[in-house]
Amino acid sequence: MLEKVIAIVAEGLGVEAGNLKAETTFESLGADSLDLMDMVMNFEDEFGVEIDADSMGTLKTIGDVVDYLTAHQN
Amino acid sequence: MRGRICGTGSYLPEKYYDNNDIAKIVETSDAWIRERTGIVRRHIASGDETTVSMAVEAGRRALENGHVLPKDVDMILVSTITPNAVIPGVAFQVQAALGAAQAVCFDLSAACSGFVFAYQTAQAYIAAGLYQTILLIGSETLSVINNWEDRSSCILFGDGAGAAVVRAEEGALYPSLAGSDGTMGHVLACESRVQNGWQKKETERKTYIDMDGTAVFKFAVRKMPEMAKALMAQMQCTEADIDWFITHQANERIIEAIARRLKSDITKFPMNIAECGNTSSASIPILLDEMNRSGRLKDGQKIIMAGFGAGLSWGAVYMEWQAYKN
Repeated sequence: MLEKVIAIVAEGLGVEAGNLKAETTFESLGADSLDLMDMVMNFEDEFGVEIDADSMGTLKTIGDVVDYLTAHQN
Repeated sequence: MRGRICGTGSYLPEKYYDNNDIAKIVETSDAWIRERTGIVRRHIASGDETTVSMAVEAGRRALENGHVLPKDVDMILVSTITPNAVIPGVAFQVQAALGAAQAVCFDLSAACSGFVFAYQTAQAYIAAGLYQTILLIGSETLSVINNWEDRSSCILFGDGAGAAVVRAEEGALYPSLAGSDGTMGHVLACESRVQNGWQKKETERKTYIDMDGTAVFKFAVRKMPEMAKALMAQMQCTEADIDWFITHQANERIIEAIARRLKSDITKFPMNIAECGNTSSASIPILLDEMNRSGRLKDGQKIIMAGFGAGLSWGAVYMEWQAYKN
């Protein structure tokens, strides 16, 4: 799942997937709230998990996203 | 029978606010607005300028561009959410100003999808043989319903009008689609002053635009590609075949996200949002007029025109650009 999430982040922000790790923060990638919204939608579409606005605010790193998706997937 | 656009026109007020002007009203900055929205300027009606006056001018220019005389117009359809009079409707006042004595007139309220809904309506009337020469106008004075205390929304909206003349021609209808979801209406709302006690403080705030930006962003970014794919499937073509995606100018970041989802080059998505901001139902016809007059629209080009917004509402049409043959 980490690889899939990294691929989505890489495509959404136009950055090299090879530079991304679980500890990477979205802030360090220069992602603003709209980039995050767009990425969240891709996560939702890919994994079938809905991520509301409040939860979105707590996801600071790529690892946070993986943990959230794992916890909320059926 | 189907309707063909034979002329376009538009009008933007001369006065504008740039981002630094907005930064004097609410806490924001030019850099932030440009990055988040792509907007640099938005035009603001002033003095005698109203939704009606702008509609009249855009309509006049469209008729001239299409070589159509006012007396030959049999319908005027104005899409607006900011009519400056409840009665008579904007379309009636446009009729009086232009001298289109034969026209049947009415206004249509479908927010940012309004021009596309009006266009689909015109197609239906023409296909049914009821009317032949229809003047479509999208005109808005959003500055009057802007909530200048809300920095997340007041940066977005501007004033202006766009118009197109649609004339009947032989041929099958091109595909179009539209949809609505009133259960999500609350995410982009503005109460009218036509209700008891609107002057009371708590009601008064709601008579300005109130938007859930996250919900609207997600809706627009998902819905528009869905519509485009449905139309391309009906035409049995792919994104590669489409020359232009002319979309409602809500936010540059929304349009970019839409282009990514369609795996399409951003150059196929013309934009004038930097100059105009979001002018609701005026945005598509203003953009269409700019593209027409600058010669960017060539015969044979395949276009998908799409609107989406409050209601929630959404609509898209496929068309092939062609000079009208008399």
